[in-house]
Amino acid sequence: MAQRIDTKDLNIYYSSFLAVEAVNMTIEPKSVTALIGPSGCGKSTFLRTLNRMHEVIPGARVEGHVEMDGVDLYGPNVDPVAVRKNVGMVFQRPNPFPTMSIRDNVLAGVKLNNKRISKSDADDLVESSLHGANLWNEVKDRLDRPGSGLSGGQQQRLCIARAIAIKPQVLLMDEPCSALDPISTIAIEDLIGELKNDYTIVIVTHNMQQAARVSDRTGFFNIAGTGKPGKLIEMDDTATIFSSPAEKATEDYVSGRFG
Amino acid sequence: MSVATESSSPGGSPDTARLLATVDPARRRTDRTMQVLIYIAFALAMIPLIWLIWTVVAQGADRISIDFLTQSMRNIFGGDPRGGIYHAIAGTVIITLLATVISVPIGILTAIYLVEYGKGWLARSVTFFVDVMTGIPSIVAGLFAFSLFALIFGPSVRIGIMGAVALSVLMIPVVVRSCEEMLKLVPNELREASYALGVPKWLTIVKVVLRTSVAGLTTGVLLAVARVVGETAPLLVTVGVTDSINFNPFEGRMMTLPVFAYRQYSQGNAPCPGGDSATCVADIASQNAWGAALVLIAMVLALNLIGRLITRWFAPKLG
Amino acid sequence: MSTTISRPPARGSRRRRSSTTDRGFNRVFRWIAVGAGATILAVLAAVALFLISEAWPAIMASPEELASGVPRYPEDTSLLGYLGPLVYGTILAAVLALVIAVPVSMGIALFISHYAPRRLSQLLGALVDLLAAIPSVIYGLWGFFTLAPVLTPFWLWLNDNLGWFPFWGGQASPTGRSMATVGIVLAIMILPIITAVSREVFLQTPRLHEEAALALGATRWEVVRTAVLPFGRSGVISASMLGLGRALGETMAVLMILSPGFTYSLDILAAGQHQTIAAYIAADFPESTGLGVNTLIAAGLALFVITLAVNMAARWVVARRKDFSGAN
Repeated sequence: MAQRIDTKDLNIYYSSFLAVEAVNMTIEPKSVTALIGPSGCGKSTFLRTLNRMHEVIPGARVEGHVEMDGVDLYGPNVDPVAVRKNVGMVFQRPNPFPTMSIRDNVLAGVKLNNKRISKSDADDLVESSLHGANLWNEVKDRLDRPGSGLSGGQQQRLCIARAIAIKPQVLLMDEPCSALDPISTIAIEDLIGELKNDYTIVIVTHNMQQAARVSDRTGFFNIAGTGKPGKLIEMDDTATIFSSPAEKATEDYVSGRFG
Repeated sequence: MSVATESSSPGGSPDTARLLATVDPARRRTDRTMQVLIYIAFALAMIPLIWLIWTVVAQGADRISIDFLTQSMRNIFGGDPRGGIYHAIAGTVIITLLATVISVPIGILTAIYLVEYGKGWLARSVTFFVDVMTGIPSIVAGLFAFSLFALIFGPSVRIGIMGAVALSVLMIPVVVRSCEEMLKLVPNELREASYALGVPKWLTIVKVVLRTSVAGLTTGVLLAVARVVGETAPLLVTVGVTDSINFNPFEGRMMTLPVFAYRQYSQGNAPCPGGDSATCVADIASQNAWGAALVLIAMVLALNLIGRLITRWFAPKLG
Repeated sequence: MSTTISRPPARGSRRRRSSTTDRGFNRVFRWIAVGAGATILAVLAAVALFLISEAWPAIMASPEELASGVPRYPEDTSLLGYLGPLVYGTILAAVLALVIAVPVSMGIALFISHYAPRRLSQLLGALVDLLAAIPSVIYGLWGFFTLAPVLTPFWLWLNDNLGWFPFWGGQASPTGRSMATVGIVLAIMILPIITAVSREVFLQTPRLHEEAALALGATRWEVVRTAVLPFGRSGVISASMLGLGRALGETMAVLMILSPGFTYSLDILAAGQHQTIAAYIAADFPESTGLGVNTLIAAGLALFVITLAVNMAARWVVARRKDFSGAN
């Protein structure tokens, strides 16, 4: 269910602009890896290369390797569509499909792959996915209502249910709580804690307390100045990063001296 | 997964490789098929465009000459290859200019009303009916102008100004729509800056808003002119046809380019005993029609091109 | 020098004076603008009124009066019975054009919004818009002289081999001057408007929804199907109705290509079966007098009402869409 990801000398470009430089990182299976750093340091850009969402932006490209269990995601026999099916993603702002019901939203990804899923299988999958996202009890009576009628936090959990319904190996989260209120944020954080039993999770966050609360390991990205590429400065156990980081820049950032 | 298999496959775990290899081939195929169909759809639109322009140029180019552009069809009968479209060009220019003179003030002022003053039910209904007016069939606009003038001057009246009124009905909504878009592009900061200097609202509109958007307004007007300059049906029922030059839009029938093209088309082949000769060409009417069509299409495309270039070159850089 | 010194107070006083008259000017300018807006409503009302007043004699006339006053008017037929085949022909032509144009337009709109390189999309859009700039009389010439001869063998083949299909029966026209050819030309003419509106709607699809579909492992077509098309559905519907309105009112192309007739026939490959209101008016108007003109204007009134209804419905769909878009 969960697999490890290694990046090797990963350079990320927008056309000729080098946005992120030389990232070497290992993401352990069944753990939560948090990526922190100031705005514009490339942590979201990096995240989007892990499921090849980066390349949908015109002119965007990468150099180097991203390997899942030793298989290069950018290798010649790899289909980006298959990559995205195996590496799920949850976005900054909840984005359920507005024209679909809650049920259809959960099934959206599955229906792409397997159009003839039986009704009972579909029902089971909807229930288990919504359970997995801690949303079942709140929506079980209104599965046929539009997903856009839910609160922001519920919508985000619906998006998580939608992502885990296709049973990915890895789940990427791009600042999943930044558009949510504190109570919804706690609900999502609790959920992340449960999900890591089954999935490899990578979460980008602005909120250092959140990184400290939910993650096992933390990577700190920084940028030397405007127009310079972002870099992975340091990566270690979360406790180490927040208590005794090896780098000065990391210490400055986590102690709130900038960013 | 045993250690042995992992180390023996440098490409990584074969299970994962299979997972990341291509998805369901049926989905791939659908994706490719749809992509091809969508490309074909675009090609389907380009085929008639190129084919049509090519046909008009190929068929019309031979007929174009100085004589064709500077003579009327007065006293030209049958297969006589002389004569030209001067009267039709004159009529088209006069009637289109008149229509522009009627439509532009109403159109721009309406756009100003909608952008600068418009609120409440009147603005909402004006917006709605401008949209509805864009859908009036051109022949209905012609019938309207006919009815209007027939009630005043009797049912046999055919004068240039009737055509101009008919074209105005078609032109006003186009002018309003495009000018409204242009005025909306003027940033509010400019208006506020002007108010802050104590300039009254009407002067702000005239000196700041209109001046900032003048290139866009010109484009809008030119595109509207391009749209009505090729209208045939409304002129057929209001202005009639003639073979002579008439510069007076308030008296007598006038010829216009599109009506000329239609008129020549509907005449069919001329009888030429003994085949084509210097004085008798059997298909001269269709040659005339293509010649007029070429001049007309050149006018329309030139108006479109100039209109678009004006905004590109002269529009002030906003924001 | 002395004048410049004396100026400031003078300027100040002038400004004060002008600000009082400005209120008057402001009001005048405002009323001019409002007047222009009201003119639009007045013009539309005038169109309806004048058409009704000129159509009235024909509407009020008995079948006998119409038969004696209008050339080629059949015996014992009410005005509605007379206009019926024309309304049918008009709707048939427009629907035919729409059936051809909508799928193609959606393809073009998707091509420009989601398939073609971003940098080219504006240019490609302008190219498609050029189709709308070409005068209808030129479409008529081209359709009659160029397209119809090219299509004729194909229509004859359809007629020979698939004549059992309801629309392809009857005696196929050897010149191609049939409703089928008209439908294709009208479709080309309404492509740009349908494409332009659909393109705008497709471009407005929130990036978030497209990325959501991508992240679930959707192919490009599946992104279009799950995120773009559902979002743009009402926009496409109203675009199609605008195109329908255009096709209903198109005159010259029909007039020049179609061999007219006054039946309720389904045979779109046959000549001499159909005629549209607009083409009928343009064909007969120059030679008509008296009650004949009134009858034609009554036909024009019918066309006006039909297109008005279609356009208002289209605008209503657009306006309704505005209410709930952007919420997500």
